[in-house]
Amino acid sequence: MTSGQADTRAGLMRSTPLRSAPLRRAGRPWTATLLRGLLFLILGLFVLYFTLPLFVMIVTSLKSLEEIRQGSLLGLPQEIELTSWATAWGSACIGVSCHGLRPYFWNSILLVVPAVVISTAIGAINGYALSKWRFPGSDVIFGLMLFGCFVPFQVILLPMAITLGKIGMAGSVSGLILVHVVYGIGFTTLFFRNYYVAVPDELVKAAKIDGAGFLAIFTQIFLPLSIPVMVVTVIWQFTNIWNDFLFGVSFSQGGSQPITVALNNIVNSTTGVKEYNVDMAAAIIAALPTLLVYVVAGKYFIRGLTAGSVKG
Amino acid sequence: MKSLLDRHLPKIVVAPSFAAVLFFVYGFIGWTVYVSFTKSRILPKYELVGWLQYEKLFATPRWYVALDNLFVFMVLFVAIAIMIGLLLAILLDQKIRAEGVIRTIYLYPMALSFIVTGTAWKWLLNPGLGIEKVVRDWGFPDFKFDWLIDPEMAIYTVVMAGVWQSSGFVMALFLAGLRSINEEIIRAALVDGVGPFRLYFHVIIPSLRPVFVSAVIVLTHLAIKSFDLIIALTHGGPGYATDMPATFMYAMAFSRGQLGQAAASATVMLATVSAVIVPYLYSELRRKA
Repeated sequence: MTSGQADTRAGLMRSTPLRSAPLRRAGRPWTATLLRGLLFLILGLFVLYFTLPLFVMIVTSLKSLEEIRQGSLLGLPQEIELTSWATAWGSACIGVSCHGLRPYFWNSILLVVPAVVISTAIGAINGYALSKWRFPGSDVIFGLMLFGCFVPFQVILLPMAITLGKIGMAGSVSGLILVHVVYGIGFTTLFFRNYYVAVPDELVKAAKIDGAGFLAIFTQIFLPLSIPVMVVTVIWQFTNIWNDFLFGVSFSQGGSQPITVALNNIVNSTTGVKEYNVDMAAAIIAALPTLLVYVVAGKYFIRGLTAGSVKG
Repeated sequence: MKSLLDRHLPKIVVAPSFAAVLFFVYGFIGWTVYVSFTKSRILPKYELVGWLQYEKLFATPRWYVALDNLFVFMVLFVAIAIMIGLLLAILLDQKIRAEGVIRTIYLYPMALSFIVTGTAWKWLLNPGLGIEKVVRDWGFPDFKFDWLIDPEMAIYTVVMAGVWQSSGFVMALFLAGLRSINEEIIRAALVDGVGPFRLYFHVIIPSLRPVFVSAVIVLTHLAIKSFDLIIALTHGGPGYATDMPATFMYAMAFSRGQLGQAAASATVMLATVSAVIVPYLYSELRRKA
């Protein structure tokens, strides 16, 4: 957000720390070794703490219900069963329909792709206009947009539900796209504006002298410069929209629900035998796309998180 | 003609977004606040009745449970996530060879949906098959860990899952802060013969103040908005023992048909968030300008 934060972000991305680590200078060699051992012990315990739930999810999803009841939570499966994955994907029941997560997974894709593309595009042009073509009131506009990011969405749920009904988009994927675009603009604008602020004004001035206008400067100079911020924004929007539950549960129904809502319905259904292995497989399926993005582009993911630490 | 268009193009380009934000954010806030002063139940009514809904809200035991839970959750969630995040950041800042890998592991829960996190922890905390059973099998047959179904303790399971999801993020914030501290300050302290622990407690940690502020704001904001995690982990139960303002509002709006109560509780949430966010945003934007 501030220039200070830009520095910190750069700092986090650096692979080698700047300065010699202070604790390392701790006195005599044996104390140093002891401290070092303690250090790795604590770090290792936290690695366990963070990975254990995922490990338990994976092994549980591969066990039979019989083994889940009799074996240990932490034990590896004696026989690997992929049936619960197949059930979670293709035939688990949500209410009366038994098609698994598959249709909802596609709903989420159909929702996420346009919502991310549209909100990122709008954010780019807004950020450009609000940083390089400031006009009277442009800072106020930006401030109002930014505050919109922090509003607890409970305060807009009711009027949004009524509005979607009035314009005939209630309970549809397109209605959800609209919602996510509208409430995503604030962050996407924030990301692009902060990125473009650092681009020298002289670049714009020189291009103007050459006769280039608002749009030409944007498409020919700014867009080609924007790959990094675009990656950050796309990842940010993708993660947030894929993981959204509140809008999904409030504004969609039956066949148009996104995957998080479907997952919750599978896990919290009260009918029939509780199939813990199917629950776990379903949870992993719902998490896979964002986990994949995180593993592939974690650097940009962190950048988005810290850039938006004026975020929520 | 072209130059006139060009001069106004920036405004024309921003106008639709601005209009959308005015309507969908500020217009909707206005609507909700207005409705909170009406008698609306299943359908919105537009006749003003003063503070009636707020009087009713603050006479509802369930709302106090929600406020109480929010307070407990917020304090513990923010404090524990910051402690763990700071500890991990300091430890990771000691020239650890595998830093990249460890950092990735600490932070991955942040990429998950709260529904996924809630599902995972619901299973771990399952009384009978989860952690309770593991410890019993280790030779402590009397071990009891059924917080998930204990009305008094269930809120702490929400804290456990929330901290698990968010402390890696706090670590990332602090790590970035540590990496941007001016080296001169540290060198000067070392020349003065300051020991490593005093160095941290008297020099480094105090200089991370802005990071503390950011972390507290972000986590508080997350806590006030928390909805998904509760729905997935406890569904507000047992009974309404783990209800929070967000789940309370949702129940009033979509299952109880109490629009006035929903609007009033949402307005209280907005006021709370604004009290935290507005001064922060204001100072951030001022600092930048």
